[in-house]
Amino acid sequence: MNEPPEVAVRAPSQASNDVKMETRDINVFYGDNHAIRDVDFDIADRSVTALIGPSGCGKSTYLRALNRMNDTIYSCRVEGRILLDGENIYGRGVDPVEVRRRVGMVFQKSNPFPKSVFDNVAFGLRIGGEKDKDLIAQRVEESLRGAALWDEVKDRLQRSALGLSGGQQQRLCIARCLAVWPEVILMDEPASALDPIATAKIEELIRELREEYTIVIVTHSMQQAARVSDFTAFFYMGELIEHGKTENMFTRPTRKRTEEYISGRFG
Amino acid sequence: MKYTKKDWLLAGLTGVSLAVILLLLAVLLGQIVWHGAPVISAEFLTESPDADMISGGIWPAIYGTVFMTLLMTIAGVPVGIATAIYLSEYASPHSRIAKMVRIAVNNLAGVPSIVFGLFGLGFFIIFVGGSMDAILYDDTTPVWGKPSILWASLTLAVLTLPVVIVTTEEALRTVPREFRDASLALGATRFQTVYKIVLPNAKGGILTGVILAVSRGAGEVAPIIFCGAANFLPYLPTDLRDMFMHLGYHVYALATQSPNVDAARPTLFGTVLVLLVLTFSLNLLAVIIRARSRAAFRS
Amino acid sequence: MTLRPRRAKSKLASSFRTPLWHRVAERTIALLALAAVLAIALIFVFIAREAVPMLWEAEFAEEVQIRDLFFAKEWRGYDEPVFVWQPVGEPAKFNVMPLFIGSLKVTLLAMLMSIPLGVGCAMFIALYAPRAVREVVKPAIELLASIPSVVLGFFALMVLASWAQATFGFHFRLNAVVAAIGLALTIVPVIFTISEDAIQSVPSTLTEAALALGARKYQVALRVVLPAAIPGIAAGVVLGFGRAIGETMIVLMASGNAAIMELFDFTTSVRTVTATIAAELGEVAQGDPHWRVLFLLGVMLFAVTFVLNILGDLFIQRLQKKLTAS
Repeated sequence: MNEPPEVAVRAPSQASNDVKMETRDINVFYGDNHAIRDVDFDIADRSVTALIGPSGCGKSTYLRALNRMNDTIYSCRVEGRILLDGENIYGRGVDPVEVRRRVGMVFQKSNPFPKSVFDNVAFGLRIGGEKDKDLIAQRVEESLRGAALWDEVKDRLQRSALGLSGGQQQRLCIARCLAVWPEVILMDEPASALDPIATAKIEELIRELREEYTIVIVTHSMQQAARVSDFTAFFYMGELIEHGKTENMFTRPTRKRTEEYISGRFG
Repeated sequence: MKYTKKDWLLAGLTGVSLAVILLLLAVLLGQIVWHGAPVISAEFLTESPDADMISGGIWPAIYGTVFMTLLMTIAGVPVGIATAIYLSEYASPHSRIAKMVRIAVNNLAGVPSIVFGLFGLGFFIIFVGGSMDAILYDDTTPVWGKPSILWASLTLAVLTLPVVIVTTEEALRTVPREFRDASLALGATRFQTVYKIVLPNAKGGILTGVILAVSRGAGEVAPIIFCGAANFLPYLPTDLRDMFMHLGYHVYALATQSPNVDAARPTLFGTVLVLLVLTFSLNLLAVIIRARSRAAFRS
Repeated sequence: MTLRPRRAKSKLASSFRTPLWHRVAERTIALLALAAVLAIALIFVFIAREAVPMLWEAEFAEEVQIRDLFFAKEWRGYDEPVFVWQPVGEPAKFNVMPLFIGSLKVTLLAMLMSIPLGVGCAMFIALYAPRAVREVVKPAIELLASIPSVVLGFFALMVLASWAQATFGFHFRLNAVVAAIGLALTIVPVIFTISEDAIQSVPSTLTEAALALGARKYQVALRVVLPAAIPGIAAGVVLGFGRAIGETMIVLMASGNAAIMELFDFTTSVRTVTATIAAELGEVAQGDPHWRVLFLLGVMLFAVTFVLNILGDLFIQRLQKKLTAS
């Protein structure tokens, strides 16, 4: 695996909101079930975009389309284009494996491998062909620091990851995801299985990561969306009802359905 | 809950069924141990039989059984595991190929053992062996086209294939989906996921299945009757083209073809005991490994 | 937190070359997966290959008429048409009916014994036995299932036959009854395991509903649980039947191996299809009419078990449908 070439880094405060991913005319089918209809939506670079909506509205399905994880479900069919930096990830000849190296995912229920903490974080690098032990060790430390977990595990790197608490395991999964230098991080309700303290830590982490990565987070908690995200998209019954800056969505929603959901009239 | 008279009647009847089965099992094991144990000695296990097969030891039969089982395992287990990996990790559940493979595996499991013997004869010995002879040699004495430990082992490898496939697939299925998802989401290919995550976590179950298949294969006699097993051989099989003695076949031959069955009784019981100890130990090993891997999985 | 340099925009083409051996391994796996299908095909083809020439071989036609394989024939020296399997006779007589009847007799008798024993045992374990008994019995049945059939045949030959003769006074020491008992020992675990599974799978909601209506345990067992478990038990029976018909060593050692054409007397010796193949093939020259007939028996055996397997599968599918719908 080659070293990523050095390019001048933009200071966070000047981070413009270039478009990182564009989704055009997205339709997703599970067999005959038309789960996502005609979604047209841009995801801004180096920001946090929250996907909200009642359960079953399709937000997780949409999220999984962004890194082609839907490919692993046999009855699932995706139509439309999803562009990452202008290139269609569903284009012909595009290897989903390559997409997933650039678009990472953190799952609802933390799923560390039954391996040591170190091996978990190193996994992505090793399968990518990285053989340099020093580089791997350095990257593991960087990623664990990036996930605000280093101090808690630095003395037990070789011990099993399954011995960590739920919140720590989830941060470990985030570190594991960071280790392969993704450009986009998808999070599917990352804190829903965690207690409030662990949740707060995850949310703080997300705010930090925003400076470097594009984050798309599915959440069923509107308060979390309000706390954490720059942009929000509201899904209902497979359709994208409304999207925009978070503060606008929550204070001045333009669609009635959005307003009803936000004010808790259903959910 | 109170039981009425009819309840006791039903419980009694069904309990009697259980008693009958357990009684038969106890008598069987008891008789074998009772009559077989006195015969077991170091000489019995390490020496060759005398020409009349009634006195002497059964070492060649033990050796032949182990050798054949080893060959069978080497030939069959990789194929079985590969098939299970394909069915579990690669094939879409609706694909026609997967359905065909499953139907074939089910049917393979139901084929009578003697039909496997015919298969070994008609395919391996006559066709493959015969063709090899025709291509490699000029004269008509069969070199490969005759019963041998090679063909017997391959025939049994096919026979035990369903056992390996089914147990391996079960073992793969116990690996949680989340592990595969996490691996794929990190940019691993399907093969990397199988090789680095799924297989290591299914080791216990796969090993259990292999041992069960080995145990099953070691005890089958009908397929090897005309594929390589011999009544009495003055030598140990060292070449793949050699015939071999076999514990189960030895029991069959002694019990049905010996000129003096009564005199052969002690040897018979002793041989049966050795065969049973072999199969039981293997099965016990499989059970232990399965229990251990389940416990490790839960912790 | 370290700031990382941004990766230059790369094309969505693979920057990581999959090692060659990964690709080779995947192809190999896919290829090996076809082995089972290939095996079934090869089994059928190469057994049929040895039997089919009987349809045109002159040498065969000289000795055997195909219809004589299945229908009674009045041979010289007999008063009436008979079914006789006597390959070493002069002339050789190849009627397969005594063998079919032999197989059927032994199998049916074994099923008659195994079904009540297996189902009864399963019911006792599932409904009445305390947990401790269950923990002992299930391994015991697994133990029984792991015993090689040659050992069961040996047991039937050496122990059961003498006991049976002493108890029942059979004329033939080795006969269909003795063989059936030996067979039952290998069938019972099959029926027990599948029946026990089927009984345990009956949803507890059904039993609770019956109990709530005031039914006694035996009524729940006989009127609710057993009927609900029938598809599973039937699948076990079909599977057991297939096992029994195809079983070789036990009948080879314990049935007496006399091809007697007798429909109703189970105390005569019998010769099954499987035992015939096992016992006679070793003595026959390749390509002989006798050889061809034996392979024909093999083809028929394969066909029968194939059909039974498909039937058994259908039962299991129906069972699953029943359970998921309820």
